[in-house]
Amino acid sequence: MSGMSGSTLNRRQFIGTGAAATAAVSGGFIFGFPTSATAQGQAPEVNAWVVIQPDEKVIIRIARSEMGQGTLTGLAQMVVEELECDWAQVATEYPTPGQSLARKRVWGDFGTGGSRGIRASHDYVRKGGASARMMLVQAAADEWKVPAGECIASKGVISHAGSGRKTSYGKVAATAAKLTPPTEVPLKDPKDWKVLGTRMARLDTVDKTNGQKIFGADLKLPGMLTASINACPVFGGKLKSYNAAAVEKMPGVKKVVAVGDNAVAVVADTWWHAHKALTALPVEWDFGMHAKAQQAEFNAVLKAGLDASDAVVGTSNGDIKAALAGAVRKVEAVYAYPHQNHATMEPMNATAKWTPERCEVWTPTQNGEASLSAAALAAGLPAAQCEVYKIDLGGGFGRRGAVQDWVTQAVQIARQMPGVPVKLLWSREEDMTQGRYHPITQAKMTAALDAQGNITGLHMRISGQSILAGVAPQNIREGRDPVVFQGLNNGGGEAMIGYTFPALLVDHAMRNPHVPPGFWRGVNLNQNAVYMECFIDEVAHATQQDPLALRRKLMAKHPKHLAVLNAVAERVGWGKPAADINGQKVHRGLCVTHGFGSYVAACAEVSVSAEGQLKMHRIVAATDCGHAVNPQQIEAQVEGSFVYGLSAMLYEECTVKDGRIEQRNFDTYPSMRIAEMPKVETIIMPSGGFWGGVGEPTIAVAAPAVMNAIFAATGKRIRELPIKQQSLRA
Amino acid sequence: MARLNVNGQLLQHDAEADTPLLWVLREQLGLTGTKYGCGVALCGSCTVHIDGVAVRSCAMPVSAVQPHQKVVTIEGLSAASSNSKGSQKRRVGAAGSAGEHPLQKAWVNNDVPQCGYCQSGMIMAAAALLKKNPKPTDADIDAEITNICRCGTFNRVRAAIKEAAGFTKTAGLDIIHVTRSAA
Repeated sequence: MSGMSGSTLNRRQFIGTGAAATAAVSGGFIFGFPTSATAQGQAPEVNAWVVIQPDEKVIIRIARSEMGQGTLTGLAQMVVEELECDWAQVATEYPTPGQSLARKRVWGDFGTGGSRGIRASHDYVRKGGASARMMLVQAAADEWKVPAGECIASKGVISHAGSGRKTSYGKVAATAAKLTPPTEVPLKDPKDWKVLGTRMARLDTVDKTNGQKIFGADLKLPGMLTASINACPVFGGKLKSYNAAAVEKMPGVKKVVAVGDNAVAVVADTWWHAHKALTALPVEWDFGMHAKAQQAEFNAVLKAGLDASDAVVGTSNGDIKAALAGAVRKVEAVYAYPHQNHATMEPMNATAKWTPERCEVWTPTQNGEASLSAAALAAGLPAAQCEVYKIDLGGGFGRRGAVQDWVTQAVQIARQMPGVPVKLLWSREEDMTQGRYHPITQAKMTAALDAQGNITGLHMRISGQSILAGVAPQNIREGRDPVVFQGLNNGGGEAMIGYTFPALLVDHAMRNPHVPPGFWRGVNLNQNAVYMECFIDEVAHATQQDPLALRRKLMAKHPKHLAVLNAVAERVGWGKPAADINGQKVHRGLCVTHGFGSYVAACAEVSVSAEGQLKMHRIVAATDCGHAVNPQQIEAQVEGSFVYGLSAMLYEECTVKDGRIEQRNFDTYPSMRIAEMPKVETIIMPSGGFWGGVGEPTIAVAAPAVMNAIFAATGKRIRELPIKQQSLRA
Repeated sequence: MARLNVNGQLLQHDAEADTPLLWVLREQLGLTGTKYGCGVALCGSCTVHIDGVAVRSCAMPVSAVQPHQKVVTIEGLSAASSNSKGSQKRRVGAAGSAGEHPLQKAWVNNDVPQCGYCQSGMIMAAAALLKKNPKPTDADIDAEITNICRCGTFNRVRAAIKEAAGFTKTAGLDIIHVTRSAA
């Protein structure tokens, strides 16, 4: 039991098989995180990205966060491709945000969102590997007194053909570390890649299958206490009072503390004790100005915004007024998309330790630098006196990035117990009701048609919430939130509309309910793809055109959009009826979009029974992400995107009653199960020349493809999400 | 002091009777492989075995578990699955070692986990299924595996269960990989 002193384990005794019992117990406990290899004095770094130990172990530094999306493995592949080391020797470590601060952000941006992990750092990460290789080779060449250009590096071995000499990275790393880094660092031509573009197994799988992976919620530090928190359920409300005496005598309770101006937490020896006492704690709230806010009011405000005159223009070309005025016929439809919670499987958590001189935080975060800022602010200390230790996330989906509210709370609690590490873990109910929600919007789509049924103009009016207004208002210029128009831009390379209309106007009437918005995996591409892609389907049916043929016609000037669309159509055999499944007709729906730099399309095959029961059989999805770093992980992201996207389509909606979110757990906020999961066939078609993201774009094509297939099956158009309360048959 | 038989060891704890088994495992016995996800038996992250049957430990008071009942967590799954004497000496929950249960091997083969948080519960639910039904059909998997995974590992979960059950790849695995260059 050595090493357990000071932990809550002192209170327990174990009987049985001594050593084994100790192993079992210590299995879930760690005593702080290993600091960097450099700090441990094992080996000097060759450069900021690469440490090579004398035993040939290669430690690659990863600045972005691993939350399931596989970026840890992908970024390591990038370094290894250029470093020419042995993949079997690779381990990874996170540099800390504090180290980054001290070294002038040598690792660049820590932010892990917007599917940027690889596409925004591929250049400097690959150069980190290439530069290290050049220094290692130079060190060997210097020793052999031969030109570096005559030496070749492969799998961590450097050889000189002329003399037959060989050495290894581990032997020359210390010398290489002293060399001046090269200024010119050429990168390989993608056609010469061996590790990039290969179906590599993830580096982090084994510990996720045997219970050994330590998540933030599992963290244990010596002397640590644990807290459960309750913030005012009405956003904007305040904590008025609480009766600590009512729970202070409950088992394990150490302290009841106010947190900021809107929350109260119980700190105890275990989370169960803390949470049980919190549940029993009498609390009075000042609910504030939103105490009577109701969902129906929001919906009415958004609906009014569909015809309001205060909209700002996102995308426009041609003369939409003239097109609408001159239309022989119009097609019009109104769509709606709800607030949704991220519902990461691991609820928000952070462990903080505060003293008047120093504050340390251990937390799963999508942005370690943002966590450090939040910690420093809450600690009342300069950032240089704070540190954040990142832990792999039990899901992120955008919740653990831009807003670091849980870190602030953890430090606010720890500050009231100086020197004691306190782990704050939110209950599922807290997580559901204190989210940063997918923005709520509606859209009115109006198409002007000529006598032949051609679209002469399209007006898309978006009414609703701006994420930036809630998260980063400084980025709103003249009332315009550019992120609102994701997937609807004419050009730009990030999120472009694939259709060409003679006249197009996309405008936005900003309407911000008091429910705080956040970046939610897929962000605004999700609802914009529903609005645009279901409406294009509507126009196709209204004008007796095949939905694929109409899209092809409109996409003539957007060959990459068209290529992914054609790929899914070809694979399903669009135009020929699908075979019946279990005696039921199978119907298809299409969707195509561009977001996070990648082109994506999907074709869904569904049946709807006479009773209105939906069965999603198969989805074929295509992705052109420019360069495909790890195809099997792209497939994993595409498959997973259908779970997140279709779960949202089927079930997910957060509604407001009396200012607060009504849904509190997975009973009222269900998530898709395996039984509902369609087969997914992934077509990866990297066309080269650019780097696109893969964690998010496919989310956006999931719902529209299925919604269009439902229409094909039933003739009934779904225009509001989620579809759970709606009958799919008239 | 109350007793629990966990992963083949008789352990004592002093948790109150109404404490859910999950929190005794995590906070009293240090077995954090079993996760908290919802607290009300909806998501399955907390799935363990009691006498070989999958149980959602977050909603099971520890007092309802008798000392003679065998609780197995993800940390003990390998040892519980193996008949070889050697494995009995294996350090339970030794860090970094791949699990020996056929499902754990299949999970690694198929690179099933994404974030990994739900995967202990998913594997335990699957292990209980295979114990009572060694050759599950798709419908059996649909009926028995009701755990929530937000990353979306379901198709690989299904593939791994079938692999562990001994079905060949041609038996209808759901992952079909089509990788090709753009024309």
